[in-house]
Amino acid sequence: MSNTAAVRIDDTPAPAFSAAPMKIVVVGHVDHGKSTLVGRILNETGALPEGKVEYLREVCDKRGMPFEWAFVMDALQAERDQGITIDTAQIRFATQFRPYVIIDAPGHKEFLKNMITGAASAEAAVLVIDADEGVQEQSRRHGYLLHLLGLRQIAVAVNKMDLVNYDQTRFEVVKAEIVAYLNSIGVEPTYVIPVAARGGVNISENSAETAWYKGPSVLGALDLFEQARPATDLALRFPVQDVYKFDQRRIIAGRIESGRLKVGDTLVFAPTGKSARVASIESWGVQSLSAVSAGAGQSVGITLDEQIFIERGQVASLAEAAPAVSHTLKARLFWLGRNALKVGSRYKLKLATAEYAVEVIAIERVIDVEDLANHPGAEVGRNAVAEVVFRSRTPIAHDSFLDNPRLGRFVVVEDYDIVGGGVIAEAGGIHQAHKSANITEVAHKVDFETRALANGHRGGVVWLTGLSGAGKSTIAMEVERQLFLKGWQVMVLDGDNVRHGLCSDLGFSPEDRAENIRRVGEVAHLFAQAGMLVITAFISPYRADRDRVRTIHPDVFHEIHVAAELDECEKRDPKGLYKKARAGQIPEFTGISAPYEAPEAPELALVTTGKPADESVAELVRYLEANFSLTARNQTESWGF
Amino acid sequence: MTMTDLDALEAQSIYILREAFNRLDKIAMLWSIGKDSNVMLWLARKAFFGHVPFPVLHVDTKHKIPEMIEFRDRVAKEWKLPLIVGENTEALAAGMGPHEGRVNCCTALKTEGLKALLAQHGFTGVIAGIRRDEEGTRAKERVFSPRTEAAEWDFKDQPPEFWDQFKTDFAPGTHLRIHPLLAWSELDVWRYIERERIPMVSLYFAKDGKRYRSLGCAPCTGSVASTATTVAEIIEELETTRISERSGRAQDKESEDAFERLRAGGYM
Repeated sequence: MSNTAAVRIDDTPAPAFSAAPMKIVVVGHVDHGKSTLVGRILNETGALPEGKVEYLREVCDKRGMPFEWAFVMDALQAERDQGITIDTAQIRFATQFRPYVIIDAPGHKEFLKNMITGAASAEAAVLVIDADEGVQEQSRRHGYLLHLLGLRQIAVAVNKMDLVNYDQTRFEVVKAEIVAYLNSIGVEPTYVIPVAARGGVNISENSAETAWYKGPSVLGALDLFEQARPATDLALRFPVQDVYKFDQRRIIAGRIESGRLKVGDTLVFAPTGKSARVASIESWGVQSLSAVSAGAGQSVGITLDEQIFIERGQVASLAEAAPAVSHTLKARLFWLGRNALKVGSRYKLKLATAEYAVEVIAIERVIDVEDLANHPGAEVGRNAVAEVVFRSRTPIAHDSFLDNPRLGRFVVVEDYDIVGGGVIAEAGGIHQAHKSANITEVAHKVDFETRALANGHRGGVVWLTGLSGAGKSTIAMEVERQLFLKGWQVMVLDGDNVRHGLCSDLGFSPEDRAENIRRVGEVAHLFAQAGMLVITAFISPYRADRDRVRTIHPDVFHEIHVAAELDECEKRDPKGLYKKARAGQIPEFTGISAPYEAPEAPELALVTTGKPADESVAELVRYLEANFSLTARNQTESWGF
Repeated sequence: MTMTDLDALEAQSIYILREAFNRLDKIAMLWSIGKDSNVMLWLARKAFFGHVPFPVLHVDTKHKIPEMIEFRDRVAKEWKLPLIVGENTEALAAGMGPHEGRVNCCTALKTEGLKALLAQHGFTGVIAGIRRDEEGTRAKERVFSPRTEAAEWDFKDQPPEFWDQFKTDFAPGTHLRIHPLLAWSELDVWRYIERERIPMVSLYFAKDGKRYRSLGCAPCTGSVASTATTVAEIIEELETTRISERSGRAQDKESEDAFERLRAGGYM
């Protein structure tokens, strides 16, 4: 196909394709005509259902406005009322060459999160620029983000050429400006096309209005883009999504993100370094002939020849090409959060199927996408781009984005929301292959995993912290009872009880409190090593003390904040202690005359104010089952079927 | 082996179903008895190796076409589905029907019926078989889509969703809708039904020159002219048609924003 080939559009319907459609995102500054271009493309390719154009004409008439192509995509009332796209939409169309999904992304700065949502899944992009207004802030920002997201195929549509009388000189000015910017961030735009979307100029074929333009039309340019390379060529990355035990099989479920695996392969699981062979690839349905190999993109279930301990978040690979494993990650980040990111901020980081508790340890530079200047910054504000270093409590299996995008990118979660995304600049730490070479299989030793398999759950330390009267002991004792009835090895260490024996020599000064917590932490971890689930119920008011206990064995430590307002606790006052403390009879009483430092990032927060204890108990039991049980949760059973 | 487009859609839907099952405490799948939710059930059985490890919900409006209910009960038995049937008893007793206004009827019998079921069982995730290509507001949906305490959809402020990292954290009292079929087209659904030989309600196949393309309640669902009596013939018909799928669904057409209002209020 030559550069000047226009795509032929006729009345024949789109053929049925067996190739997946190519995903194209349309981006650019607000009001530069993205939705209009998309509406026009859909019309020219016959993708709109019968009567749609007539219907929209009616809608526009009722609103007393001229016909608006953008209404095809801007389906929300607020979008039509304000004349802007708020959220990204996806619609299919096909040329004679192949099928497409076109993703319309909003251009207003306010909706950058929606633009990212649309652009992150695309294989190629069309950047729309108003010929009259020229390159604007969001034109640059979108161009920069496309680059950051790893898109390399970008066509620029210089739109609204009708407003500048199809003037070639004006086109060349705008073209020079955007090409210079894109080149400066390392992007070579594939095509720059003069367009008048409203009138359909250069959409499906080259129009007479721009006789001076010899390149492809918009659809012609799309057909010239290359389909994404299948990830089967990359090294195997199989993140564990879940472990099922619906029947006698123990199935490791997940999607192969890259590479291939086959029956008989020895898989190494990061970050533990344990390995086992693939015994079978399981399936259900018509094609239930068992497969012997599977590749990138497939959601599979495998069984292993040995019952090693596997859980969600681990990444299987082949020994010769394992991912990097480290506690720190250096990444280029785009920030969408309402609160700025700062050094010392703690977040949840999600990479493939794993979740990590991380802290920002450095902001290396904040990048101004307008002039690409670097600013040393103490914080990263909303919609900004920066280079940031995170440190995780537990080791992170990862690749650099360049080596393997699937394991080289992550999102950041604050409270309930995704607030940013990042691509990993360079893979750090040790490679699993080096570590695994030193691991000898210990099939007959009674180790942590063997105990877990025998008990049906892992050992661990469930550390309840909170004010006196918040409900720690009540919850701990009831959770212990319920789990015990389910056959769990479970034990509560309670503050008052321990102080009668193990810690009877200690008082309540900060030093003694620290020593009390240290001893309990050590004991709890011994129990955990023995395979038991230990629930501790201590006020443990100081953050540093709790963090020290965590470091004994961070993988099994779960901090649970049992949270209630001070006045609520004082009202409950089950042991009459607050009354005494107020009367000055108890010195250094937490909440009254000594501080309580609430956890900044507990694994779970149980708010007990105004709630019956059963609810908190049920929530904690669910949490523990989800995190410590080895059997797949069979929700059906619990629903009484 | 190269993956076909149907392989890719299947793999993605299975990934989504497994994410929902792993990340959420109490999930359930909506089963409207239509082609999409039948495909979704099939995908669940694939994802969980023959099991459907969560309840399957059917909101009965008592206005459904009788064949749909027969099909539901037969398949539920054959596939051993953990089926829960719910209804808005109060509205039905008060005589709610399309004569009260189609949008009002949908809201009362479907949306409120569903909300009552969710509240009764405390579900935090509801899997629904909507697709982007059905309708403009659905084209803007997320795969994991939050609903407020009142089950409302805040479509003006949806969460970011990229790299298959879904919103799985949410405030107590709110819930998530999970949409495993969002990326499928109507044609994909039928090609998959053909490939996997998934059973379908007879109403989809032409009788006396007419068939249903989309199934809902009897009073508000019209049929289209068609001679397609097999799945293969339906595929052939869809490859040439330019009539939209929900053209037979009367409740969408009461006003320009009828469907948006329905969805914002908690409709699927």
